[in-house]
This record gives sequence, C-alpha cells and structure tokens, in this order.
Amino acid sequence: MNYFEGLEGTVSSESDSQRTLTPYVTGTSVIGIKYKDGILMTADMGGSYGSTLRYKGVERMKPVGKHSIIGASGEISDFQEIMRYLDELIIHDNMWDDGNSLGPKEIHNYLTRVMYNRRNKFDPLWNTLVLGGIKNGQKYLGMVSSIGVHFEDDHIATGFGNHLARPILRDEWKEDMSFEDAVKLLEKCMLVLLYRDRSAINKLQITKITEEGATVYQPYALKTHWGFTAFKNPANGGAEGSW
Amino acid sequence: MSKSTVDVPQRGGFSFDLCRRNEMLEGKGLKPQIYRKTGTTIVGLVFQDGIILGADTRATEGPIVADKNCEKIHYMAPNIYCCGAGTAADTEAVTDMVSSQLLLHRYATGRESRVGTALTLLKTHLFGYQGHVSAALVLGGVDITGPHLYTIYPHGSTDRLAFATMGSGSLAAMAMFETKYKEGLTRDEGINLVCEAVCSGIFNDLGSGSNVDVCVITKGHKEYLRNYQLPNPRTYVSSKGYSFAKGQTEVLSTKITPLKNNLVVVAEGEAMEE
Amino acid sequence: MSFNPYDNNGGTCVAIAGSDYCVVAADTRMSTGYSILTRDYSKICKLADTAILASSGFQADVKALQKVLSARHLTYQHQHNKQMSCPAMAQLLSNTLYYKRFFPYYAFNVLGGLDSEGKGCVFTYDAVGSYERVGYSSQGSGSTLIIPVLDNQLKSPSPLLLPAKDAVTPLLEAEAVDLVKDVFASAAERDIYTGDRVEIVIVNKSGIRREYVELRKD
Repeated sequence: MNYFEGLEGTVSSESDSQRTLTPYVTGTSVIGIKYKDGILMTADMGGSYGSTLRYKGVERMKPVGKHSIIGASGEISDFQEIMRYLDELIIHDNMWDDGNSLGPKEIHNYLTRVMYNRRNKFDPLWNTLVLGGIKNGQKYLGMVSSIGVHFEDDHIATGFGNHLARPILRDEWKEDMSFEDAVKLLEKCMLVLLYRDRSAINKLQITKITEEGATVYQPYALKTHWGFTAFKNPANGGAEGSW
Repeated sequence: MSKSTVDVPQRGGFSFDLCRRNEMLEGKGLKPQIYRKTGTTIVGLVFQDGIILGADTRATEGPIVADKNCEKIHYMAPNIYCCGAGTAADTEAVTDMVSSQLLLHRYATGRESRVGTALTLLKTHLFGYQGHVSAALVLGGVDITGPHLYTIYPHGSTDRLAFATMGSGSLAAMAMFETKYKEGLTRDEGINLVCEAVCSGIFNDLGSGSNVDVCVITKGHKEYLRNYQLPNPRTYVSSKGYSFAKGQTEVLSTKITPLKNNLVVVAEGEAMEE
Repeated sequence: MSFNPYDNNGGTCVAIAGSDYCVVAADTRMSTGYSILTRDYSKICKLADTAILASSGFQADVKALQKVLSARHLTYQHQHNKQMSCPAMAQLLSNTLYYKRFFPYYAFNVLGGLDSEGKGCVFTYDAVGSYERVGYSSQGSGSTLIIPVLDNQLKSPSPLLLPAKDAVTPLLEAEAVDLVKDVFASAAERDIYTGDRVEIVIVNKSGIRREYVELRKD
C-alpha cells in the first residue's frame, strides 16, 4: 500500500464517483451505557473541520424506529447519509403494518452489513457508530466501525473515548444503575474528554431509550475546574528560573 | 554539535552522517526503518508532603512481553527519581548519564541536587538530539525549594504539573487523575491514587502490564516501594507438570574429535603476553 | 493517504484431536492497536454438530466468513437432510477462502470436530485457503508461543510415513483440556493480544460441552 500518495480529500476513479478517503467535518467520541431501564448515550455537539471547530450544534444521536437510538462519531455527512438509509428502512418496515418492528439487534446487524459492504467497495462510510436499544425487556448496546468491526458490550465508547472513558467505565459501571447515577457516570467521562480531547466541546446532549421510547435531552454544559494552584501559578513553590 | 574543521575529532555522541543518505534512499523508495514501539504507563503526582511516582513493570518487543517485571523508576539523585517511557536503552542511558553529572555536581558544590538542575540537563540533552533519543520522562523530586514534578518529551519540551502521566497507557492513567486528583492529598491517598492510575494503564493498555512500582519522595526521605502491588498472578497451572523426555531429537550420527591432538604447549610464558 | 480495509483484532486459537474427541479453544479478548475493544467476544463458531471453527484475525472478515459458511451449511441441510461432516466443511472452508484469493479474508482458522468414523480431526489453514489435516494446531497472535509446546507434548508422526499413521494425539480428553488451559495461561503471560478468558469447546460422541477459564486481564 502506498501511504504517501497525496493528501487530497477525495479521489475520482474512472467514473465520476467520489469516495471519502479523508473525512471533512467530523464529530468526536460517543459514549453509550446500559442502565436500569435501558440505554443512555451521550455525545458533544461539535463538528470539527480538521482542527478547526467549525460547527457547534451538530446532533450526532438520533432515534431509530421505536426501540433504538444511534450515535455517530466521524464524518458528519456520512452519518446523515446513514440516517437516510435508516429512515427508509424504518418506513419500509412500517409499511408491512403487521405489528412487527425492527429491534436494536436487527438495526445493528443491518448497520454492520452496510459498513462492511462499503469497505469491500473501498468506499467506506467514515464513522464509528454506536447502537443502543431495548425491546421486550432485552437491552442491547453495540458498535460498528468504518471497516465493519463490531461487537456488543455493557458500555461502549468510540474514538478517544475508548482510551479515556472506557477505563472509567470498566472501573465504575455497574449492572442496573439508576438513571441519576448513570447520567453522573456519563458526565464524569465527558468531563475527562473535555479536558483531554482537543476536539471535544462543552456542549453535550444525553439521549435515553427505554421501553417507553426515545428521549433526546436539551444540550447543556458541564462545570469545569481550573482552580489548581499549579495551574494558576506554575512556578509556585520555588521553581523560579526553571524552564 | 558544530564542527569547525574536518580535523577536529568528534567528541562523542551520535553520528548523523548517514541520516542524509537514508533520507535519499527512502526518497528512492527504500522502506523506512520501523522502530519498535515500547508500551508503558508511568505517572507522578504532588501530594501534601512531596512527590509520588508510579510505573508498571512490563517491557515489550512488538506483541511479545520481553520482561514481566522490569524497573522503570530510575534513580537520579538521593532526592530525585525519574520514570522512563520509550526505548528502554535511551531512558536508561539518559538517566544514568544525568545521574552521574548530578553526582559530580554534588561533589563540586557539596550541596543537594535540585530537580531543576536534573530537568535542565535532561532537556538540553534531548533537545540536542532532536527527538532521536526516544525518552519520555516523568521527573520528580524534593529539594531545598520544595517538591517538583515535570514531564519531559523526547524532543526536549517540558511541562511542570501537579499530576502527570506518560507512555502508551498515559490516557488510561490520566482518566483516573482527572476524575480523582485533589490538592493536598495525604500520603496514603496519594499512593492509592497513583496505584489506581498505574492499574488503569495496566488493565486498559496492552503495552502496559504486570506489577505496580511506587516511589514516595518527601523532604529528606524517600521510599522505593518495588512491586507495591502484584495484581496479575498466573491464572492456571497444570496439576501434573510436564516431563521433557530425552531423545526428542533423533541422533543421526556421532563423531568425537579428541582434544589432545590439538593441544599446543607453549614453552615460555612470554608468548602469552600482549 | 490510501485506505486500509484491514485491522488486526488479535487472539489465539488452538485445536487438539484425540481418538474419540476434539478440543477447540480460543481466547475472548478483542483488541485493536494497544486498546482492548471488549473482553468477552467469542471467536468460536459452531458450524455443524461435529464441526467447530475457531478464527482470529480481522473480526469483520471472520464474521463475514462465518455467515457464508453457516448459510452454505443451511442449504446443504435442505438439500441432503443431514449435517455436514467435518472433512466436508474443511473443504468448503478452503474453497470459500480461496474464492477471495485477491482480496482475502484476513482470518486465521482452525477447524475441529469429528470425522465420519467418530475420530477427532483438526484442520489448519492459511488466510487464502491452503489447508491440511493434522492432529493439533494453533493459529493467531499467540500461535508462535503455543506450537512448540504442543509439538513437544503431542509429537505427531511424520505425514511422509507410509503406511500413513494416525495424527490423533494419545492424550485422554481430560489431559488435553488441561493442556489447553495451561498453554493459554502461558500465552497470556507473553502475548499482549491474548488474555481475559479462554473458551474451550469439547466435541465427543455425547455432544458438545463448553468450559471457560479466566486469563490475565493486563
């Protein structure tokens, strides 16, 4: 493989089709966890254009059908394309009008096939997707990457979240957490990401899915702490003259 | 690093003569050298009485664990220690070098070494080699001016911090510090937090593993707690053990050459002298 | 920058054939780079009553491969009204892998089960379909650590011998399971991509049994 071919964002093949080889506008980590009544998911609303914070109100989590929510990190336009596929899928499912509906497991399976197919065409959808849901009392939380790698777990975090949030989740996540405790845990993770992930912003949303349906909460900001004396005066304590 | 004339011999250090050649060869399509990444989790924090450093004990060579119980907290001076991540040879060489310079400096001045001195020696060395000495360090100590904690990157930049992590497990460890660090921790709280941070690296980062080493430095005191925690015992041992029977390799032929025939007796002792 | 359609999600697989049983095992860690994605992902897939596949490598390819084989086995059952034998599945797996010779499945497989006589059998593969029936095998990230131990403990007759000798190991079922647990514990000590848990599937004439043993989590 030639790794230094050029830095163009898109390459046109023999036909006029274009493919995403590097993403343009991207969203950072998504975190999802199981809790007592279903699944909670969180993501901030930043849309980065390279290292520029270009958009500050991007919704990266959406309800899918009656039982699921999806969250996406990576290329925003590809996520919006995926939402078009999913909307069509749900409409066709509703048209049967047979009382059956696609659950989170089915949606996740559909997404794994879409993502894997696109990677087989060397035309990937540049996202890592998190899919959560609950149907017939069965909680489900899974993820898919842009090349089709997928799995289920009790807690999931994409991108930087896999490095910064999952260590916290592995320590502190418990089966059947209350809504309040689960939100606190998610906020703890998002605060660390805000401090340590340069493309994270302090405007986040939380999304919930239970047997009653999906809820997307209003965006809000976290309280940060910059009050360490070591931050206020780095040379404090006799380090004057040190580099 | 400047050479005024060709006649002046180089005074030690690395030779970069082949860097230009390699650059040219790579431009012509030669595959660049792939260096082995060495995983590590090293951490440090300031607590109410001084500094606590922590490290895991895994050394890797690619996907293989080369050493399950190595030491990553290096001695710099009686009151200064330094955790090293990156290429083991570089971290050891650079800390040993600076450590001996500090000792000479103590002999010359008759005073306790300062953390700032160690910092300056380390960073000027690393900056001089422009990142080719791949040592990422967490330097901590207590001197006449109080406790100090620094991170030093391979290119020579430094950061003065209240809590610091380095290595491939730095994000996992930092997640613990960012959620739990407070100013004015007691000794026990500090040690516990350092252990939690190192364990976070051990269990979440594949480049880090095995045991936790801790070093507590306070004014006029230090405590090197080697293998403070051992959270990874072997999970299964076969009850019966194994026998390795002789004859697993078939002997095809045997030929014995007597040594006596090859003996050369030297008459005079002088012949042995060089 | 060119697009890299592959990833290595690590993991180790082992299979041992005995005179009337077969042991297939794999760890349950799934990783990418230096991160663990999940500690509990099964790499073992039951394809037929007497054909168990353990695969490591690129998870998306492994899953696609398992889906193809399962679908082909379903058609086989409809057409022949019976389960596919392990040697038949072995040939099908080889063909399926070779079909993608120029965009391979990045999957390292060991197939274990019982042959039509009820004897244990193990088939070992490369990513593009070359395969061989053996008495024992290991594939994946920890295979280089495990193979020499199996060679020493289960020394098999040369495949060049005439008349051909049985490749099955002389161990009893319980001894083979014990050996598998031990080699996985050892591989987890030295291979960073092997760990968390080992899943052991035992096939014999009374059916399929599963066992789990915890491994190092660092």
